[in-house]
Amino acid sequence: MTLTGAEIFIECLKREGVKTVFALPGGVVLKIFDMLHQQKDLEVILTRHEQGAGHMAEGYAKATGKAGVCLVTSGPGMTNVITALADAYMDSVPLVCFSGQVPTSLIGNDAFQEADNVGLSRPCTKYNFLVKDVNDLASTIKEAFYIATTGRPGPVLVDIPKDVSMARAEFTYPNSVSIRGYNPTYEGNKWQIKQAAEAIMKAKKPILYVGGGVVFSGASQELLELAEMTQIPVDMTLMGLGVFPGEHPLSLGMLGMHGTYQANMAMHYSDLVIAVGARFDDRVTGKVSEFCPHAKVIHIDIDPTSIRKNIHVDVPIVGDCKTVLRELIQVLRATVNGEQKELRKPWWDQINQWRQAHPLTYQQEKDGPIKPQQVVKRLYELTKDRDPIVSTDVGQHQMWAAQYFKLAKPNRWLTSGGLGTMGFGFPAAMGAQAAFRDRLVLCIAGDGSVQMNMQEMATAVVSKLPVKIIILNNRFHGMVRQWQDLFYEGRYASSDLGTTPDFVKLAEAYGAVGLRADKLANLDDVLKQALATEGPVIVDVPTYPFENCYPMIPAGGCNHEMILEDPPELKKKQSGAKQVTPEDKDTVLTA
Amino acid sequence: MEHIISVTVENKFGVLSRVAGLFSGRGFNIESLSVAPTLDPSMSQMTIVTSGDERIIEQIVKQLNKLIDVIKVVDLNETEFVSRETAIIKVHTKDADRAEALRIVDIFRANVIDSTPTTYTVEVSGDPKKIEAIINLLQPLGIKELVRTGRVAVAREPIRQAVAQAKKIARE
Repeated sequence: MTLTGAEIFIECLKREGVKTVFALPGGVVLKIFDMLHQQKDLEVILTRHEQGAGHMAEGYAKATGKAGVCLVTSGPGMTNVITALADAYMDSVPLVCFSGQVPTSLIGNDAFQEADNVGLSRPCTKYNFLVKDVNDLASTIKEAFYIATTGRPGPVLVDIPKDVSMARAEFTYPNSVSIRGYNPTYEGNKWQIKQAAEAIMKAKKPILYVGGGVVFSGASQELLELAEMTQIPVDMTLMGLGVFPGEHPLSLGMLGMHGTYQANMAMHYSDLVIAVGARFDDRVTGKVSEFCPHAKVIHIDIDPTSIRKNIHVDVPIVGDCKTVLRELIQVLRATVNGEQKELRKPWWDQINQWRQAHPLTYQQEKDGPIKPQQVVKRLYELTKDRDPIVSTDVGQHQMWAAQYFKLAKPNRWLTSGGLGTMGFGFPAAMGAQAAFRDRLVLCIAGDGSVQMNMQEMATAVVSKLPVKIIILNNRFHGMVRQWQDLFYEGRYASSDLGTTPDFVKLAEAYGAVGLRADKLANLDDVLKQALATEGPVIVDVPTYPFENCYPMIPAGGCNHEMILEDPPELKKKQSGAKQVTPEDKDTVLTA
Repeated sequence: MEHIISVTVENKFGVLSRVAGLFSGRGFNIESLSVAPTLDPSMSQMTIVTSGDERIIEQIVKQLNKLIDVIKVVDLNETEFVSRETAIIKVHTKDADRAEALRIVDIFRANVIDSTPTTYTVEVSGDPKKIEAIINLLQPLGIKELVRTGRVAVAREPIRQAVAQAKKIARE
């Protein structure tokens, strides 16, 4: 019996265990949508913009560890989803994006809504396909899921011309995939692992530097075991947050540009860096020539190109984090004894001294304006028992969320790290909520970035995705403003947003619930009310607009030279500034 | 430093642009690139001439390996190799120049592959220095058109192994 391309598409998705498709229709994908419409066990979440569909699929993937799936139409549908593909590529998110294409006979004719989808997406996907023959469709989809989810995960695009979705073919789904040019290495080299174990035994000042690779590999248990067995402190990257319990005594928190003092100092003065599933991004290394000057480096990563890309590595181990860590633990178990603890006591004394010298801090006056850190801190304290999933946009609020929301488990943290995509947070939260309908999903956003995908509130309401958005509203592109204050003599070029919408009314306009906490005294009550509300909620919290995010390593700066507080001239300038509420929306913000 | 990298790829559409896109997207140099199908028509062989320090070459090799359509990557600089480039040169030749042109062709063991009363078209193969040399000599006569293939290269068979194999064949 033969099936149409659209029917084959559905059968393939079912065999890949797909439950949810984030999608927006258009002319050339109507046949596929028509088939999707007739399915009972495949949910279609209709988004209001293709970028939203892409980020939702990302949020779904990050929370579940499975491939997220989105479906868009040709031309503008495709160009709109590019940002999400680029985001997924930078952060190694497994994603399969299906795009419609004009009929094969029209390809290259500048047809209506035609774009070179494969050409457009080539630099921002792990791989992409144009299916020219319906007989290749099933095997192509199988390969797409295989490539997206194996090795270093990433987004894969499958471009399906209209006539291919209508043509008929015999359906057989391949059981396995074999691609001769693609054979990821999972097992680490045993000799190298032995070298790593020896270096760990000898090190007086070791540090674990762990990233998103550990999350995708599902190796958090192994990481915990390794750290506890060897008593080595753990630094997490922005992408790695949650993979090691944030409140664990061995955790030093996040490292990097806005990392904690102890995390960055420990990195800089260590004699052995054990990098696991992290890629020495410029936000972590700062000035490369002065990065970890005293340290030997062990680098465990599934992607050989990550190793020695930015910095010199002494013990490279290509392999899956989980497999390699298991092997390493086994080797170490035979040799670790009480001596290491003794050997590293001075190191821990030093770290604890750093911890006490400059803990994360902010000044919240009782009747003063609400400080953004206070909002994150209270949100964390009020929700930590409910094991929430937390998404963020990009900017100051993202860094405060990373600093103060101490996640205990992996796959709870949805943030755009590599590409730094404002507008990521809300749709990503919705994607996670679609996967886990009963869980608490929070989106910590800024008033600037949340507006970049605000249209998806309609999706949240219609598709019943009860995400709670907490907007830290400073009426600025806050991180831009911070850089302008520190490096551009306080000239606020295009960072003051002027009139921001009344987010309470905006939520209501979409049929959601809008709340505002304008005083510290009612912050807790408003947050509690939001958490108790059934549907999607926006909580607008006007915060002190000139709060800066510290510690901070200026771009290209050295890791042990952090700025820890506002320079004196800035402090003077800002004294007396207030938070901005909708009532005084026309005030000009010049501190 | 100049490196010659030999890359075996899937012979299908879009592969060349993936390789070219990798070089342009990451700011690597391509000095020349040549590509043609292998004995097995499902594969193509690329010879890429590039340059960079050790770290950059390591990245180029790794990044090429990471491409899903790339089957095998060999940095030929790590072994002995032989390389050749072909040029086709159309030279103005009149009267006495015609004899001079033929002398140069002879010296370089080049071939005249087309001839008109006023031009010779010369084909020459060799390493880049030899090509440069013949171009320099022909230039005073007047070069009308010049095309070069870019280099192709292959690793030399290790001599010991080859000798052993020859002995084995002789014995049999």
